[in-house]
Amino acid sequence: MQSGQGAKKVKKEPVKVREQDASGRSSSFDEVVLGYNEEEALSEAARCIQCKNPTCISGCPVNIDIKRFIYHITKKDYKSAYLAIREKNDFPSICGRVCPAEYQCRKACVFTKKGSPYATENAINIHFLERFIGDYGMKNNIAIPVQKNPELSKFKVAIVGSGPAGVCCAGELARRGIKVTVYEALHKPGGVLRYGIPPFRLPRDILDFELNILKKLGVEIVPNYIIGKVKGLEELLSEGFDAVFLGLGAGVPTFLGIKGENLCNIYSANEFLTRVNLMSAYKFPEYHTPVNIGKSIIVIGGGNTAMDAARAALRLQKMQGFKPDTSIVYRRTEVELPARRLEIQHAKEEGVKFRFLVQPEGFTGNDKGFVKKLKCLECKLGEPDSSGRRRPIAIPGSDFEMESDMAVIAIGLLANQVLTRVTPKLKTDKYSDVEVNKETMETSIGNVYAGGDIVGGEGTVIEAMGMAKKAAEAIIKRLLSK
Amino acid sequence: MKILNSSVLADISGTRITKIEISSPDIAKKAQAGQFIALMISEKGERIPLTIVEADRAAGSITLICQELGYTSKQLGKMKAGDSLYSLAGPLGHATEIKNYGKVILVGGGVGIAEIYPVAKALKEAGNHVTAIVGARTKELLILEKELKTVSDEFIVATDDGSYGRKGFTTDILDEILQKEKYDLVYSVGPIPMMKRSAAVTSRYGVKTIASLNAIMVDATGMCGCCRVTVGGKTLFSCVDGPEFDAHQVDWDELVKRNRIYEDKEKHICNLDKALKK
Repeated sequence: MQSGQGAKKVKKEPVKVREQDASGRSSSFDEVVLGYNEEEALSEAARCIQCKNPTCISGCPVNIDIKRFIYHITKKDYKSAYLAIREKNDFPSICGRVCPAEYQCRKACVFTKKGSPYATENAINIHFLERFIGDYGMKNNIAIPVQKNPELSKFKVAIVGSGPAGVCCAGELARRGIKVTVYEALHKPGGVLRYGIPPFRLPRDILDFELNILKKLGVEIVPNYIIGKVKGLEELLSEGFDAVFLGLGAGVPTFLGIKGENLCNIYSANEFLTRVNLMSAYKFPEYHTPVNIGKSIIVIGGGNTAMDAARAALRLQKMQGFKPDTSIVYRRTEVELPARRLEIQHAKEEGVKFRFLVQPEGFTGNDKGFVKKLKCLECKLGEPDSSGRRRPIAIPGSDFEMESDMAVIAIGLLANQVLTRVTPKLKTDKYSDVEVNKETMETSIGNVYAGGDIVGGEGTVIEAMGMAKKAAEAIIKRLLSK
Repeated sequence: MKILNSSVLADISGTRITKIEISSPDIAKKAQAGQFIALMISEKGERIPLTIVEADRAAGSITLICQELGYTSKQLGKMKAGDSLYSLAGPLGHATEIKNYGKVILVGGGVGIAEIYPVAKALKEAGNHVTAIVGARTKELLILEKELKTVSDEFIVATDDGSYGRKGFTTDILDEILQKEKYDLVYSVGPIPMMKRSAAVTSRYGVKTIASLNAIMVDATGMCGCCRVTVGGKTLFSCVDGPEFDAHQVDWDELVKRNRIYEDKEKHICNLDKALKK
């Protein structure tokens, strides 16, 4: 083959991932993206040009050796590919599904056009390959590489919170032989992966399988245990834990502060998604937790949570025989939507409507206290604000109303404060996030570390894992020096 | 999470109140008056909040009292000693601020009597002069009379039908007492109309009044905002900011409406359950 033809070959079209048909899928909570089969994975992997100096790896918050695992795929050596990922990431089947790859590894891929705000279509579908390999490892029960250090086996570490940061830190420590106990406030582990992300994006068997790996590593997970209530941080340390990692998360919903916001059937995204995802309200009455569904649903916000809420709401409308009518209301335009491009596309395909440049002004309801309408103003975009995005400016006199017998507020989350409120020695910043030494992730209390959304606010699953790994390394270093 | 004891305190004309003792050494160790737990009866169950009526540190158990109203409370009432809950987490919410206020009145209506009992006990131990005013629809529905009497300096009963104690409302008695004498604190728990009326009465006399609210919750740890209430014009969460609030500042009408959000769904699941049993 001549080099010219070789160059043409790499420009081959990206392999599209198979998905459930949009009309059928939006009536159920089954997984939407079906993933690559072997042939597709091989074909996509073959597009990777194995850059001499790969840029993609630096785009991954946990620095997975992307080049190497893709190389192993091209050689059909899936086990080596799995182990290459597992060196850096314990949850490939989860991350392969929920990572915003277009803002991370794929954005850093050499095939993404320079200056593009997110990955262009030609970038290698690294996340789908990761998912293929993660699922392969799961199906074939490939043993997890452990590097037990006998010197570490005498130490005990407590992890508070079983979300992405907590479970990642737990895995890192347990693999080296440390005895790890994870405390979770809710009745099931997973944190935001379970209460926030709907099953149509992350099926529960996948989540359970990857969390179960922790148990295989000897990690004890204690549900229903609220540190800060049933036990204090200092008690954990005095009861024999050598270190504590706080993965408390950002789980406190924010509201708009507009009139009528406490009317019935106005949910925070966290409440709506917790009912649907954690409590399985979409299977009511088999599951006993109810959720109300409106005929005209408005979701306010433009992030992944807003997409999840809108797609779940639309599914419930269909399942209850309503004509689907779910709209996302956002103050800026489509370009500024912070959600993953794939989620936006999926929402559109499924029939979620988008109303851009709209600012909610207040809700009105009926005499029983149920919401009926959203009052709005139209907006235009002004100069960029501190976030770099153009600021929305409401246009006076542009008032209009939207029908809304149910609304979901998805405008962001704040730090969980159950533990920080009762632990004054734990230094927090003005957002109530826990302050840490950026190198070690150690907090203002010695031997207490933190990572994930409780440090630096809402981020991605993989960013939380990146912080958790850094903390785990610092914990191990500290323990070995004891 | 094992149920150690379950007994029926009252069962008359469709109202059933049960008392359940659950093994939970860690919660028992930390529980203080005014706090609550969240529980699930099964993996498919709802998470519901219930006040901790008693915590026995030595026995490692907590006691709950539950009026069978909705589907979950009915199922809970059927559970027997030896059964296990699926989930139990707590102690949740702020504890009551216990100190020597001087003279205090506790007003309890219906199953709310269960909630004033631990607070009355703690206030009595802190040296307060404790007056308990308790109300029920009828004599057989009056719970914890004996227990409350032992921690009260004065104990007054009102029943709607006059079958026991005074005929009438607890709030009428509250009004009479406050007319005669000055009190330092009123603590009120019961049906929302009762708490709202108590607040209206005490505001006339300028007596500080605390109510413990029974908002609907999901996680009960501050993550969902389902239990939000308007207090003094601000939105607060009953689970982490409460459950006790200044009764004079609570938007009671909003709370009444929010507590009815799932009335239709509740009827549906209860009817379905009945139909299945036929």
